[in-house]
Amino acid sequence: MIDAEDFPGTRGVDPNWATSDAAQARLRRRRAADRRLWALGIGAVAIAMGLLLILLGSIVTASWTAWTQTSIRLDVTIPADKVNPEDPFRARYGSFVDQSLADLFPLIDTPAGERELRSMVSNGSQFFVRDAVVADPALIGRTFSIWVPAADPIDQLHKGVIDRDLPANRRNVNDAQIDIYDQLVDEGRLQSTFNWTLFTAADSRFPELAGLQGALWGSFYLLLVCFLISFPTGIAAAIYLEEFAPKNRFTDIIEVNINNLAAVPSIVFGLLGLAVFLQVFGLPRSAPLVGGMVLSLMTLPTIIIATRAALKQVPPSIREAALGIGASRLQTVTHHVLPLAMPGILTGTIIGLAQALGEAAPLLLIGMNAFITAAPDSMLSPSTALPTQIFIWFDSPERGFVARTSAAILVLLGFLVVMNATAVFLRQRFQIKW
Amino acid sequence: MSQTFIIPFLLLLAAIGYWLGRQRALALHDGTASGGLATLPQYYGYYVALIAGLPAFVLFIAGLLFQGSIIDSLLLGSLPSEMTTDITSAERNLLLSSIRNAAQGTTFGTPEPAILAAAESLNTYRLIVNGAVVALVMALAIAGLTWARGRIAPKFRARHRVEAIIFGLMVLCSLIAILTTLGILVSLVFESLRFFARVPVTEFLFGTKWDPQIAIRADQVGGSGAFGAVPIFWGTIVVSLCAMCVAVPVGLLAAIYTAEYATPLAWGTIKPILEVLAGIPTIVYGFFAVITVSPFLRDLAASLGIEMAPTAAIVAGGVMGIMLIPFISSFADDALNAVPRSLRDGAAALGATKSETIRQVLLPAALPGIMGGVLLALSRAIGETMIVVMAAGLTANLTLNPLEGVTTTTVQIVALLTGDTEFDSPKTLAAFGLGLVLFTATLLLNILALGIVKKYREQYD
Amino acid sequence: MVATQAASASPAPHSPPATTKVSARKVNLWYGEKQALFDVELDVYENEVTAFIGPSGCGKSTFLRCLNRMNDTIAICRIQGDIRLDGQDIYDKGIDVVQLRARVGMVFQKPNPFPKSIYDNVAYGPRIHGLAANKAELDEIVETSLRGAALWNEVADRLDQPGLGLSGGQQQRLCIARAIAVSPEVILMDEPCSALDPIATAHVEELIEELRDRYTIIIVTHNMQQAARVSQRTAFFHLGKLIELSPTDRIFTSPEHQMTQDYITGRFG
Ligand SMILES: Nc1ncnc2c1ncn2[C@@H]1O[C@H](COP(=O)(O)OP(=O)(O)O)[C@@H](O)[C@H]1O
Ligand SMILES: [Mg+2]
Repeated sequence: MIDAEDFPGTRGVDPNWATSDAAQARLRRRRAADRRLWALGIGAVAIAMGLLLILLGSIVTASWTAWTQTSIRLDVTIPADKVNPEDPFRARYGSFVDQSLADLFPLIDTPAGERELRSMVSNGSQFFVRDAVVADPALIGRTFSIWVPAADPIDQLHKGVIDRDLPANRRNVNDAQIDIYDQLVDEGRLQSTFNWTLFTAADSRFPELAGLQGALWGSFYLLLVCFLISFPTGIAAAIYLEEFAPKNRFTDIIEVNINNLAAVPSIVFGLLGLAVFLQVFGLPRSAPLVGGMVLSLMTLPTIIIATRAALKQVPPSIREAALGIGASRLQTVTHHVLPLAMPGILTGTIIGLAQALGEAAPLLLIGMNAFITAAPDSMLSPSTALPTQIFIWFDSPERGFVARTSAAILVLLGFLVVMNATAVFLRQRFQIKW
Repeated sequence: MSQTFIIPFLLLLAAIGYWLGRQRALALHDGTASGGLATLPQYYGYYVALIAGLPAFVLFIAGLLFQGSIIDSLLLGSLPSEMTTDITSAERNLLLSSIRNAAQGTTFGTPEPAILAAAESLNTYRLIVNGAVVALVMALAIAGLTWARGRIAPKFRARHRVEAIIFGLMVLCSLIAILTTLGILVSLVFESLRFFARVPVTEFLFGTKWDPQIAIRADQVGGSGAFGAVPIFWGTIVVSLCAMCVAVPVGLLAAIYTAEYATPLAWGTIKPILEVLAGIPTIVYGFFAVITVSPFLRDLAASLGIEMAPTAAIVAGGVMGIMLIPFISSFADDALNAVPRSLRDGAAALGATKSETIRQVLLPAALPGIMGGVLLALSRAIGETMIVVMAAGLTANLTLNPLEGVTTTTVQIVALLTGDTEFDSPKTLAAFGLGLVLFTATLLLNILALGIVKKYREQYD
Repeated sequence: MVATQAASASPAPHSPPATTKVSARKVNLWYGEKQALFDVELDVYENEVTAFIGPSGCGKSTFLRCLNRMNDTIAICRIQGDIRLDGQDIYDKGIDVVQLRARVGMVFQKPNPFPKSIYDNVAYGPRIHGLAANKAELDEIVETSLRGAALWNEVADRLDQPGLGLSGGQQQRLCIARAIAVSPEVILMDEPCSALDPIATAHVEELIEELRDRYTIIIVTHNMQQAARVSQRTAFFHLGKLIELSPTDRIFTSPEHQMTQDYITGRFG
């Protein structure tokens, strides 16, 4: 320890205390403390980065099996007497599919065995056959080869998600199904292709038929409504507050209020939407219009704050110059200030919209997590959105939805990356440094 | 929506109005430099366009919002009066939806003839009401156009009018924020009052038993003991505290590193990564909590011989903490950077090491700013929904143990309001009671935090 | 040595103590691409006040900050040359800047007390360097330092009040007290009076005069009268170069360089 004698302090300052041994020893300890804080800081940053990597890594890994889909080649016969060529849409295609399976496995003739057979292909197989026949009625009365999606358990088995070596009671494919599967593989009737269904289909109870199309359209409508409402309103409000509003109590209240609104939990906006838009105005549930309105109320503060910041950046000399040649205040703003602030405003808007795109909580309350199997055809037709679709799939028990949820998350993250990159680009490219 | 064509129609009419107004002004032009006009010709055009388009647009929106309820009351009016007198609003909604279903042909069993008749007339009503809205909007637009065009005269100061209208619109837009807050407050308070009419406030705020399922049965509406929200608030606090335990130390240390130690190169890589972390939607964190964090922590606990619930508070809380790391670190980073350079220099000139400067001078000076950030983060944690909906439990549990399952306010709100629930049951109304508490708590935290941050900024400006 | 110096010097008001405390040789410094110091060479003697004068932007502060390596905190700053404290190269790898700055204290142009109490401001240095074994000793150091900075009488009854609550002149003296509390060997002062009113300036000047007995002081000043009043030797800088370093009475009466003469008589600057 440092002795009082070493540093007599006021009893005559030792002019060389700083180079004394005691001070050197103490310095070493202080340097060690310094390094400790540095190491803690690095450690914290490393933890944050590591967690981000683990998060992305686990989602990418979990999504792996969703990008491909196993399909089974069937030789389907369309009996000419069972399909009306005038109206090929209406026929019992399911039975044709069952028949083609039965033809493949003539030895299986018990009802239970037939059930196993039918469980190999997706429930939606009949629609694939139907669509093929509708597209080409010449197939009626002929036998043709068609690839139909495998049922989810078989798909999972093929991808190795389901371990065939487990005891039968611990996997959800039974031994009979595995036998059929092996035979199909031997005959080369199985293939794995890119899972386009993920993008071309809407939701379905069956993982192999489920896709994001409905959710993508829903999110598109949501963002469209959100943008159309919050962009002009936000800019107008920001211009008023920044350029025209007198500095008084009232504008103070508005300002505090906007800052607070930006920090109100998103679910509260959902409650507002439910109570006002659905209850009072009687707008339909699950409609992108309502969702967009709710999201726009959430995005509005972000846009107002970003716009005000961008307006603040424009130097007063620009305004003075315009006012000096006789422009009105409104002309000054619309002709000079606003164009100069536009890059900043757009950046803020895109960031606000990106937040809105990822927001799920308020949409749950206005019913946008409903099970809807078609893409919305208008702003008022029921729809899901990307984040709510993720939630629906997350909540579904079927094995295949785990990977599809991850894949849907990656699609959502992809959109967010594009939007944020655009915002960064706008900022770098067009922002004027005063 | 058959009426959307109104929007292009109004835009077209506004464009015509602009052209007509401008033409008319040009026709009045007397050939002098100013043309003898009070303002430039295009302002006459803008004036006509605004008068033609704006009121009609407002009417159109109002029509859209209210036509649903108008049709509903027409429908109910068409039913025999014994069916519609003395019914609760739940029964009313049921009646209306059965009429709609009948109109769409999706019926269960055979509906009453009165319902079928009403379903028949539904389409007629729709046609009439929609048509009326369209006709009124069009008439208003055309009337506005003619009137505005008629007012054009050389002395008419169109620019002032146009600017006054735009100015009014801007004021209106800045009021939307206030209206939103008011809307939130009014709807929450209104629905909560209806809830408290059935369940006493004191029971809701201080009761310790939460079991909203009981009250669904008609004979137990407002049944006692089912709506004590204390375990829910408790769970919310436990989860939020878990989150803060992760976010505050990591976020603060990361901020110390970025603000004080990082080289420009390190700063340039760390900052964007933290921003990425901040931009990830919470639903993604929720999924991460369930598929990765929960199994990992459970295995870890099992290997230590501890039992852990799959919906343990520590899972949702910990992941929420990860989400809040960038939030805290960016606030702390700003606060540290706002400390003037002269204080750093002063400490350095006394021979303080970097860590001494940080711990003893910079952190105390930046404390208010950091505190503001921490409070805002806490408010976020309390209001965060998706992570807890996915990773926390549904059963209310009065425990401090982060390894046990708890439920939170937001989870309950979602649970009570999703699925097909009647709007009037205490169960759904309870969600608004919880919403009111949530809104009040976060609002107080936000006001406090923003106040601290603002004061702090002023101190160093 | 002292004797020979004194003998060779022409009549001087102070007997010049000629032990070299700080010496600089061929100091060149760049801020990024821009060179701010050119081949500066000078010696500073122990227990003397040396003043740096020159037009603003000529590199006075920059050079001063080289002497306790405060420029290390500026990322774009690059320095070359040789600066020695008691014959030891302060830019040597083996030198710890923390220790160096404990030996070479600094007072800044703008008073910069920490947002802490008066007591804690002064006690901060002794605390981190472990100069006091107990509270009583720390109290003693704080009191002597405040007395040394001629502030004791004004703040003795409110040591627990925030330092930021003092007037500008008091704040600057608090910063001086803070600097001397760690018993440095050299005190660097960068225009310590530029933010102060005349009365506060007079206080600080008196203080500098008293501190000279115990410390080596280097003061940057804009004010020629101040340099004349407080310093024994004066260095004149211009555009990053040291033009001349002479005893103060000589530089104000018969400078060696025409440029110095022009500056002192107010023809530029
Ligand atoms: N941190 C810095 N970064 C870049 N250039 C600087 C910095 N500090 C000072 N300079 C430049 O170095 C030159 C000398 O500055 P300074 O030493 O502050 O002058 P003085 O104190 O004599 O007025 C000036 O041209 C100034 O612009
Ligand atoms: Mg200077």
